[in-house]
Amino acid sequence: MTKIVVVTSGKGGVGKTTTSAALATGLALRGFKTTVIDFDVGLRNLDLIMGCERRVVYDLVNVINGDANIKQALIKDKRVDNLFILPASQTRDKDALTQDGVEKVLNALRDDMQMDYIICDSPAGIEKGALMAAYFADEAVVVTNPEVSSVRDSDRIIGILASKTRHAEQGDGDIPSRLLLTRYSPERVEKGEMLSVQDVQEILAIELLGVIPESQAVLNASNAGSPVVLDTQSDAGQAYADAVARFLGDELPHRFVTLNKKGLFGRLFGG
Amino acid sequence: MSIFSYLLPKKQTSASVAKERLQIIVARERSSRGGPDYLPQLQEELLMVVRKYVPVGQDAVNVQVDRESGCDILELNITLPEDS
Repeated sequence: MTKIVVVTSGKGGVGKTTTSAALATGLALRGFKTTVIDFDVGLRNLDLIMGCERRVVYDLVNVINGDANIKQALIKDKRVDNLFILPASQTRDKDALTQDGVEKVLNALRDDMQMDYIICDSPAGIEKGALMAAYFADEAVVVTNPEVSSVRDSDRIIGILASKTRHAEQGDGDIPSRLLLTRYSPERVEKGEMLSVQDVQEILAIELLGVIPESQAVLNASNAGSPVVLDTQSDAGQAYADAVARFLGDELPHRFVTLNKKGLFGRLFGG
Repeated sequence: MSIFSYLLPKKQTSASVAKERLQIIVARERSSRGGPDYLPQLQEELLMVVRKYVPVGQDAVNVQVDRESGCDILELNITLPEDS
């Protein structure tokens, strides 16, 4: 059975595309046939993060309009088997995404391409693109930074997910939504300068999928066009791999959330 | 943290300020969520009608929708000034 997952946040720049790329790559590494779709029509970026920007021929809107079929538009990843990318178009026409059109594309990925997972990388905001990315989802990953505006926007998005998805409209209840806290700095939390995982969880009241530490590796990965989960040596890469495992039902302890405690000497004389 | 910081009274950290502010704003935004989209306009128009007869403030009209055992209840609360 094909599962459709939306990666969303409300606020921009918190790590939706990084997360979509890492989650899709992680699922494909586990052997699941996965497509990641960029819903940010007009501001395509997933192709850069996935490192396939020079191989884009057709895009999501081309498939919706019937200019290309899904097979022609899908870009097969060169590093990981079972991984496919469907880029957003650069058109500025906001009405290019229609509900029927998106449904047609998702159905084709399910029926013709036999995908196990479809990851929908939502644009920021609560406009049409974000609503279309979320509408058909069976599950949601809410990406949040430990920072006031991001947490508030995530709460808005959780409210929208509860009422504006196909499952909600059909009366099937809320779709499972899980929190992915990114850019987390245990040092700053320790100093009382940053909201802790517990704080954010208490406010948003949804299950925790994972915590990704603030890491150099994320920028290195996007510079190189290689999803950070492939950097298995890095903290962020390992944290994403854990999150993928949890997504698939494994129970793992959360790493990178606490500071290594200083010894007595450090506590007495440390700054 | 050095030994001296244990002796001083605890100062409120910026993270705890952030948490408090978020808890308040999120609770407020949640309570206004989930109602029909026409509520703000209904409230505005009701306020205009009431003002034709009684001088009332901007927040004198309170509109709320509650759900009870399968039916929606529209609750209107209009606070009139004391000396009217």
